[in-house]
Amino acid sequence: MSQTSAKTPRAHTKGDRPSDALPDKTLLKWLHDMQLIREFETRTMQAYQQAKIGGFCHIYSGQEACAVGTIAAVEHDDPVILAYRDHGHVLARGMDPKVCMAEMFGRQAGCAKGKGGSMHMFDKPNWLFGGHGIVGAQTPLGAGLAFAARYEWEVLETGKKKVCLCYLGDGAIDQGAFHEALNLASLFGLPVIYVIENNGYSMGTAIHRHTANHDRLTMRGESYGIKSVEIDGFDVLNVYDQFRPLAEECRDLQRPAFVDLKTYRYMGHSMSDPQKYRTKEEVDEWKERDSIAALASHLMRSKDDGGRACLNEDEWKEMQRSIREVVKEAVDFAESAPAPDTEAELYSDVFINPLPQSSPIRDYIHGEKNPLL
Amino acid sequence: MTTATAPLPPRARLVEHPALPGGYAVPDFDAELPPREGDRVIQFREALREAMSEEMRRDPRVFLMGEEVAEYNGAYKVSQGMLDEFGPKRIIDTPISENGFAGLGIAAAMYGLRPIIEFMSWSFSLVAADQILNNAPKMLYMSGGQWGCPVVFRGNNGAGGQLGSTHSWCVEGLYANVPGMKIAIPSNPYDAKGLLKTAILDPDPVFFLESERMLGDKAHVPEEEYYIPFGRARLAREGDACTLVSFGRPVNFCLEAAEALASDGVECDVLDMRTVRPLDVESVVRSLRRTNRVVVVDQSWPFGGVASEVIAQIIEKAFDWLDAPPARVNTDDLPTPYAKNMEAAYLPNPEKIAAAVKRTLR
Ligand SMILES: Cc1ncc(C[n+]2csc(CCOP(=O)(O)OP(=O)(O)O)c2C)c(N)n1
Ligand SMILES: [Mg+2]
Repeated sequence: MSQTSAKTPRAHTKGDRPSDALPDKTLLKWLHDMQLIREFETRTMQAYQQAKIGGFCHIYSGQEACAVGTIAAVEHDDPVILAYRDHGHVLARGMDPKVCMAEMFGRQAGCAKGKGGSMHMFDKPNWLFGGHGIVGAQTPLGAGLAFAARYEWEVLETGKKKVCLCYLGDGAIDQGAFHEALNLASLFGLPVIYVIENNGYSMGTAIHRHTANHDRLTMRGESYGIKSVEIDGFDVLNVYDQFRPLAEECRDLQRPAFVDLKTYRYMGHSMSDPQKYRTKEEVDEWKERDSIAALASHLMRSKDDGGRACLNEDEWKEMQRSIREVVKEAVDFAESAPAPDTEAELYSDVFINPLPQSSPIRDYIHGEKNPLL
Repeated sequence: MTTATAPLPPRARLVEHPALPGGYAVPDFDAELPPREGDRVIQFREALREAMSEEMRRDPRVFLMGEEVAEYNGAYKVSQGMLDEFGPKRIIDTPISENGFAGLGIAAAMYGLRPIIEFMSWSFSLVAADQILNNAPKMLYMSGGQWGCPVVFRGNNGAGGQLGSTHSWCVEGLYANVPGMKIAIPSNPYDAKGLLKTAILDPDPVFFLESERMLGDKAHVPEEEYYIPFGRARLAREGDACTLVSFGRPVNFCLEAAEALASDGVECDVLDMRTVRPLDVESVVRSLRRTNRVVVVDQSWPFGGVASEVIAQIIEKAFDWLDAPPARVNTDDLPTPYAKNMEAAYLPNPEKIAAAVKRTLR
């Protein structure tokens, strides 16, 4: 048996949920963002198969509610740091799909001028401190961002209370770095939420084969004195409803939290995964609960039926169509954007303050300005 | 990211960079440094403390974090008294979690603070290798110039005295291979202060390698603020027979060897490189043009290390000026032994250096 079943109950009853207070347009925006991510990933896979994107590429499809629901629950200037499965979060945070796609195509117009790639998406204006390719390596960094934000507020007295979101997969909880980070975060009172996007697999290794006590992950956080909760990550309203109060609590108390956010990925681990370790039936069971379809139907259902009645079939179709257009434009943009100029970029951004005689090969230089700055 | 700034040090200018809100200060490195001679004699550890304290007084973004730095007053008393002056929010004891707190410091630097992360020993930095080698020196590049990482990692490096093989690492041989950070290795108290102050101001990651065996060394250290530029070697002694190139503790062995050789009428240049990234090979070549002979002394292992790099660059840049094959003196190519006599036999020392010089003169 692998991941907990696709059927996980909602925590709130309707009427008393934080999301009930949100205007329709906010929920429509979530639907838009989730669909944007789905469409973006579909096109990403195509481009990868056409060998226009290289390297390792991890598709986010299925997990959209996690990124959209959690990011909606914090402020724009709260720091966010990610693992390598990062396209969804950066889009939810507001990165232009063109810039994201251009990065994967290895273009100068990409968020890292083609120096980072799919696994390393950085966006300073959106307070994104990167996707990180080494499993678990971002978790001490998440503690450090929370430390710095708290220091800014408490010692420099120039900031405000913030909360940092640090995302990781269920495989990353097995890393020593994560345990060190949890201990430091609790000990020092660091406002960081470790969001474990628990999709049930660490590559091809199902959770019960890669971690002890796999059905009670929250015990890990609790053992460090950290508030730890399980959240059904397949229902974006539920994600927001449970995550929003938690984030506010972490901000107020300047304390960490641990979230076992249960989700599922529809595609292989990366683009080169034949998926021999799971059945099609298992994938289909999750797809039946698809988070995007569920939100769309909630927004379309009548109020008597517990819905929002703020979207009709045609509007939804139109939204999907316009998103397809936007993503197609992103691909076209990436395709026609120039590659980085090796002379200007290969040896730039190694140092902020490049000094002579640093390398036996040649001097480091300052490159072109990053397109996002 | 914080946009907090700090007052500029004396005679420094502010340089803007998009990766670093608030910019960074660059001292006037062309100004003459204060005299090395004087009667304000203090220990190497005090010089380090003075550098950190001066920078912390000016810049509230600077903090010190590491094992035993606060309440214990420093495992080696480098940070003695700093907790009293700066308080527990800025002098921070950590658990024994090098990977964790190294990463914490890296992200705090990305955010715009100026962390000083102390490793009790660089030997223990190996468990933080992923953070210090994969994250600190690559963040700016991976992010296409968006996030800088102005962090200083510092601590003891090299054989401390019968500590055995796990505790006697000279990490420069390993770490200098990685592009993206600066590596400073002072050989005396005066340079320790001036180089550490430069390290703290520098906007890039700096690995600062001290030596437990030198922390008690005493010399005149000026009270005033001064900054020693990275990448400029110091000619510590002049001669025309052979060039001795070293950095860190073995510079002192080179000076002893040069003294001994002088009594036989052999006068050597002794170059203290002060930093190995950048590496001031121009100064080495300048010296070689007078001496035509070179011995490189490096307390890390010989295979693929800093000495090999120095010699490779000499051959590339000054082959025609050599009258003898370049020589190197490293630690022996094996794990550091415990027994006193074996450890002594393993390390570079003035006798080995003098013998190497004589070989180049044959
Ligand atoms: C330290 C390290 N070991 C191994 C890998 C190769 N690797 C990349 S992702 C991955 C699985 C991680 O799974 P999980 O944390 O659950 O995240 P998910 O891919 O499910 O989002 C592995 C083994 C790596 N990138 N880093
Ligand atoms: Mg997983």
